[in-house]
Amino acid sequence: MRNPLLELRQISMCFEGFLALNDLNLSLQPGELRAVIGPNGAGKTTFLDVITGKIQPTSGEVIFKGKSLLGIKEHRIARLGIGRKFQSPRIFQKLTVYENLTIAVSKPKRPWATLVNKLTESQRNQIDHLISIINLQSCVNIEAGLLSHGQKQWLEIAMLVGQDPDLLLVDEPVAGLTDEESELTADLLKSLSGDHTVLVIDHDMEFIRRLDSKVTVLHQGHVLCEGSMKDIQHNPKVIDVYLGQQDDEVEK
Amino acid sequence: MQLILESLFNGVAIGSVLLIAALGLAIVFGLMGVINLAHGELMMLGAYSTYVTQLVFKTPLLQPFYNCYVIVSLIVAFLVAGIVGILLERSIIRRLYGNPLETLLATWGVSLILQQFVRSVPLAYASGFIITILIGLILPLIIPKKVHHHSRAYVVKAGVWGISVLFGLLSANWLATSISRIGRASARNVDVTAPMWMRGGFDFLGITFPVTRLVIIIITIISVFSVTWFLNQSVWGMRIRAVTQNREMSECLGIATNKVDVLTFGIGSGLAGVAGVAVSLLGSVGPNVGGSYIVGCFMVVVLGGVGNLLGTIIASFSIGIMTDLIGAGRLISIWPDMPTPLASTVDFFATTSMARVLIFALIVVFLQFRPSGLFPQKGRMVEN
Amino acid sequence: MGNNFKNKRLFTLLIWIVIIATIIAAPSLLPSFRLNLLGRYLSLAIVALGVDLIWGFTGLLSLGQGIFFALGGYCAAMFLQLNSAAGFPNGIPEFFGLYGVQNLPFFWEPFKSPIFTLLAIWLIPSLVAGILGFLVFRNRIKGVYFSILTQAALLVFFNFFNGQQRLINGTNGLKTDVTKLFGQMVGSDSMQSIFFWITSLLVILAWFFTRWVVSDRFGKILIGIRDDEPRVRFTGYNTTLFKTIVFSIAGGLAGVSGALYTVQSGIVSPQFMTVPFSIEMVIWVAVGGRGTLLGAILGAVMINYAKSLVSEVLPASWMFIQGGLFILVVTCLPEGILGWLQGNGPRNLLARLGLTRPITTYPSLKEKDKDEVIL
Repeated sequence: MRNPLLELRQISMCFEGFLALNDLNLSLQPGELRAVIGPNGAGKTTFLDVITGKIQPTSGEVIFKGKSLLGIKEHRIARLGIGRKFQSPRIFQKLTVYENLTIAVSKPKRPWATLVNKLTESQRNQIDHLISIINLQSCVNIEAGLLSHGQKQWLEIAMLVGQDPDLLLVDEPVAGLTDEESELTADLLKSLSGDHTVLVIDHDMEFIRRLDSKVTVLHQGHVLCEGSMKDIQHNPKVIDVYLGQQDDEVEK
Repeated sequence: MQLILESLFNGVAIGSVLLIAALGLAIVFGLMGVINLAHGELMMLGAYSTYVTQLVFKTPLLQPFYNCYVIVSLIVAFLVAGIVGILLERSIIRRLYGNPLETLLATWGVSLILQQFVRSVPLAYASGFIITILIGLILPLIIPKKVHHHSRAYVVKAGVWGISVLFGLLSANWLATSISRIGRASARNVDVTAPMWMRGGFDFLGITFPVTRLVIIIITIISVFSVTWFLNQSVWGMRIRAVTQNREMSECLGIATNKVDVLTFGIGSGLAGVAGVAVSLLGSVGPNVGGSYIVGCFMVVVLGGVGNLLGTIIASFSIGIMTDLIGAGRLISIWPDMPTPLASTVDFFATTSMARVLIFALIVVFLQFRPSGLFPQKGRMVEN
Repeated sequence: MGNNFKNKRLFTLLIWIVIIATIIAAPSLLPSFRLNLLGRYLSLAIVALGVDLIWGFTGLLSLGQGIFFALGGYCAAMFLQLNSAAGFPNGIPEFFGLYGVQNLPFFWEPFKSPIFTLLAIWLIPSLVAGILGFLVFRNRIKGVYFSILTQAALLVFFNFFNGQQRLINGTNGLKTDVTKLFGQMVGSDSMQSIFFWITSLLVILAWFFTRWVVSDRFGKILIGIRDDEPRVRFTGYNTTLFKTIVFSIAGGLAGVSGALYTVQSGIVSPQFMTVPFSIEMVIWVAVGGRGTLLGAILGAVMINYAKSLVSEVLPASWMFIQGGLFILVVTCLPEGILGWLQGNGPRNLLARLGLTRPITTYPSLKEKDKDEVIL
């Protein structure tokens, strides 16, 4: 087995007595596509917050490419190669689609470079490529705030890819998308894995099934079990956790 | 011992003025997220209300009760500032919820207008205006509910406002003729004279405590307690806290968030009026009187942390005590054998304005360690 | 889209033609008193450009730009005072004699050099702004907290300068109109007209500079910080650094502006650091149109000119007008005059008057693919 790209060791996160994450262990291999599911309040978003440095865990260790991420500022973690898509699409509403992507693609990220350097040929090509992937050619110069919800989701995914991270953390990419759109999103994410390591969080079982990847189930801040979608569906513990709320969806 | 006690008293006295002034600001900011730059001008209105009340109590009819005008003026000032605050909330701030920076600018505009208003409009007529609105707001509460739902309710409404305007005009006229001093517009500062019983000092342990200061401390204590009681124990207090935490949910549960906004802002503004009474007892009152206190209030809010009454209280008193220690050069008298370089530094900052400089620097240093003040809000929702 | 863009360009060009025509025509049309006023207001346009950078683009509402403005003014005034102090006792500026100061305070020394002064006018304010900004931004203090802190800082600087008679002449300030430069009185008409030209030139340069700053990705990132700072951070940018830099740039612009204003008004005093003046700077930008740069220039010049005209006729009413402007521009005209003109403002107004059809869709979206969902 190769060295994992990302490893969470015994992470606990305590918010004033509320244990959001409890002894969480998780590791991702390079190039892997991983889905994380779990009922509301299972700590899915909190654990992304811990990885990206938004919050510091109460105890435990986050190892990325063999180095600890604890205590490192958010922008440095992002530069190390971790990109994050937020739950609700967070794009820059007042900038055009193209400008949104230039911000993502631009490198190096130092202020002086963004002031003086022009975008390189390859960066411009990359932007064009991204725009064609998400099928927004006709909206290049439109303020991103005017896009539809689905287009915004895609634009954010494109920005994420444009950052060229090794690890993509994707939080609920298909929330509010139509079935057709979420199928396309699943295919997009699948095609990204391999070159990148992708971690997807979602509730939508149909979408997760389509990703056809290893699934981790979170429950009360703890990893309940891991395995393929099939194993998960027949795991009595999982059924127990989901029973009564999303029971039928798991059984389907 | 005596020295420390005296220093402590002075610090508490300065701190209690800060606290009463910052209390309303902190409530409005903490509960509604609105920074009201016109807060100082609401204090100014409170101070002018005290002045007018005092003059009214000098008229032959009320002369015998002159000694208790301060107590009456507390109520008057609370009402005046509260009403102006409510008008402000209904007309401007309501449109700007969620845009704190815009609110800041708009309230600054209001503060300019209020300043010029007291310069250009005779106080008698300003009082008449306030009386008009007060009656106009209160009368509908007395009228039985049935009348409100009558098909001709607008006639009643018009009648109510007609009566209010009439009363307002009459009282303005009466004020203007019987107290000629407020019949004309004036930009000059005015002085509130304390009643006999508030002058002089109160001796205790060989130290003289000025009675005015004691009265201000008592006013502050009462205000803080009533606000705490109101927010934590009363039904409306609970509604206010509910709306603060989740506006949509409160609306769904049937809380009239509009009323809550008005009430919160009205109370915050009313407290500014009470602070104005305190301020008027300390020095002369002019259109700019509020401006000199407002930045101190902001420092209190920043140091104390948002939405935390205890933080506000501790911050006010620590700033007050520090101002006294540094500004009055008391450190040297407490520790006379201070090494010379230190002593000269202390001496350099030993004026009120230089003390402010030092305290600001200290606050900025403090914020390096505790960016959200003494009592930060915690939890996962804070950053969003 | 292309059409809209072209219109915007044309519009900007048009306004520039008006500005430049005014600048060229003013010296021969206006009496020297009015010309001097125009020069002063043009210098205020430079600080307004800085305010637009930090507020209009980056979303940082500073209520303390007066600090940097005054610092620039003091730098210029200290040099001028020293430059004409030869005849006074001890060879130091006259006011020191009033307080019995014999030796020049140490920090005055470098201002004997004109080159140092020229650098200091923008470097010192931007350094102070940079330090202050860094201390505040690194703790993620933002929004109204930032505004309050800048206002408090302003008051602190005011208290300091106001109280230090022996160092900087305290509340009286430093006069420049009676000092000499190149053997001529700074307050003389000929010098003043030179200052007018320098100011005009610098306004144009400052506009080009600020436009360059915001034209490429740096500017887009500033807008990103304004609208969603955490997102920019998670994209890998050090937002603290960006904010510090832009605050420092604005501080430098304020310094230059203050120096130009000082030499044209004849005095620098702690009055430059009063609370109302710094908030006024924000309203110039708001009225002109935030985030437009050109609007900042227009706003600064127009409002100040209006202020001087109104104050001459009806002194008491200016406060009402100004207060009303604050409220009006925030509630009804958030994009400012320029934003309103460039956007759909005029069209909507005409439509409301029944003179033309109201806009029912975004014109820029019309040529889009039919199968894509908009809004």
